[in-house]
Amino acid sequence: MENREVRLGGFGGQGVILAGMILGRAKSIFEDKYATLTQDFGPEARGGAASCAVILSDEPILYPNVFNPDVLLAMSQGALDKYIDGLQKGGILVIEEDLVKVGDIDPSIKVFACPATRFAEEIGRKIVLNIVMYGFLVAVSDLVTEEIARKGVEASIPSGTEKLNFAAFEKGYQYGIELKQKQG
Amino acid sequence: MKADPKRVLTGNHFINGNHSATEGAIAAGCTFAAGYPITPSTEIVERIASRFPRVGGMFVQMEDEIASSICLQGGVWSGRKSMTVTSGPGFSLMMEHIGLAAITELPCVFIDVQRTGPSTGLPTKVGQADMMQAKWGSHGDYEIIALAPSSPQECFDYTIDCFNLAEEYRTPVFLMSDEMVGHMTEKVVIPPADQIELVERKYYTGSEKYLPYKREANGIPLMSKAGLGHHYHITGLTHDERGYPVLTKEVQEEMMTGMMSKITDNVDKLTRVEEFMMEDAEITLVSYGISFRMAYKAMEMAREKGIKVGLLRMITCWPFPEKVIRELAKKVNSMIMVELNYGQMFLEMDRFANAHCQTSLCGSPCGEVHEPEEILTKILEAAKK
Repeated sequence: MENREVRLGGFGGQGVILAGMILGRAKSIFEDKYATLTQDFGPEARGGAASCAVILSDEPILYPNVFNPDVLLAMSQGALDKYIDGLQKGGILVIEEDLVKVGDIDPSIKVFACPATRFAEEIGRKIVLNIVMYGFLVAVSDLVTEEIARKGVEASIPSGTEKLNFAAFEKGYQYGIELKQKQG
Repeated sequence: MKADPKRVLTGNHFINGNHSATEGAIAAGCTFAAGYPITPSTEIVERIASRFPRVGGMFVQMEDEIASSICLQGGVWSGRKSMTVTSGPGFSLMMEHIGLAAITELPCVFIDVQRTGPSTGLPTKVGQADMMQAKWGSHGDYEIIALAPSSPQECFDYTIDCFNLAEEYRTPVFLMSDEMVGHMTEKVVIPPADQIELVERKYYTGSEKYLPYKREANGIPLMSKAGLGHHYHITGLTHDERGYPVLTKEVQEEMMTGMMSKITDNVDKLTRVEEFMMEDAEITLVSYGISFRMAYKAMEMAREKGIKVGLLRMITCWPFPEKVIRELAKKVNSMIMVELNYGQMFLEMDRFANAHCQTSLCGSPCGEVHEPEEILTKILEAAKK
């Protein structure tokens, strides 16, 4: 497998970094391969910009920076605007559809949109919107298998929240699978 | 001696370098830490505060870094393996007491998660500009040991090495981490406790009066601790083997010779480097810490262009791997130091190359790590000479 590079961006507090952590943990611990997560680290707090990049590889990773990811997950308009130019041709763009509007982009880019905030509210807690997005990302991107992805969630959430988080993962994942079939 | 299984979080973890360094310290048997939180090292202090009490350790948040750097020394004299953690501005405040740790020959560990300086600089951005400060920051002459990790896994491994070296040489040891390594998250494999070898403190057990600076055959004095029944004196003044101040040139010379030579006589033994693609290299990149990973990428790019480039990665930065550089300078045409400062370890590299080859610096004002293209440009310049 070639290296897969993913950029995840959104508002601080949405849980984009945690989504990246779960993805990296799934790949490195549960697939027993390699992942490197770097995050934009600044004085920002909740409401500011948050972003991280994850490299997934079957080989040890030395160079840790990501400039041209093949997957971009944007949960805020700011994140899309900032990172869309870096997304590779033929890459995958994953957005929260109520929060992000896609303008003119390279036609080779495959766009997948998910109303994750609405889904999270339906499930019962808006806080799991990152897990909905993560499930959706896994379904449309083939970064890791569903089984591996789920183990990543299991190992990353506080005990007692399993039901809520798995429901969120399942919702995003199923929606992604259906959408992928629909969009071809 | 092997590590205590109760203190080792055996297994595969996806954690950042700061958390990994904390687990290294715990596995190494560190049971006392004093600190004052500062970005980008705060995650270490947070994890120490949460983990130490559960494994028989103690953490004290002090009023500042001056206090932290002396508090940890009390921890050592009470018999505990002790550490403190900081970043640039805090490191500057610790300098006076680093000198005390050096003259009292105290086994202890300082972790500096380097950020961009000088002064408050860019608190959340990466730097490697404390490298000379680690060696020369306190007044007077002294020798220390410093290791530079380039990944979360190495944060774990080298923190254990730091504690072992501190005990073996009875000296302060520095883990020179940086913001990017500290905040980068990767797989960290923590082995079973019985695979972690620890060096324990050697205490005086004889029946004669304990002399805290009487050197053993290996040049290193035995320690004591509160409660062993010894009455002894420790001072930052020039002292004889009893530990009492004797303010003469002769005693100063004897003290300094012993204190310095236990490190300088063992430079080759302490030197740890890694070499990549050096067999046919005409140009060599020299680097350490996070910059090594950028240099590696640049080396690959240069190789694709058919330029014979190798890479020497320093694990020990202090004592400087002088013999390796001396020998390398006679083999290659050019050496380029890649580091996030205006030329610190470069000065040492240049000094030991002793004009046997071209030397140049791929430095940085800090704030960001090098882009490999910047390093490649330096390689292309060197190839033209």
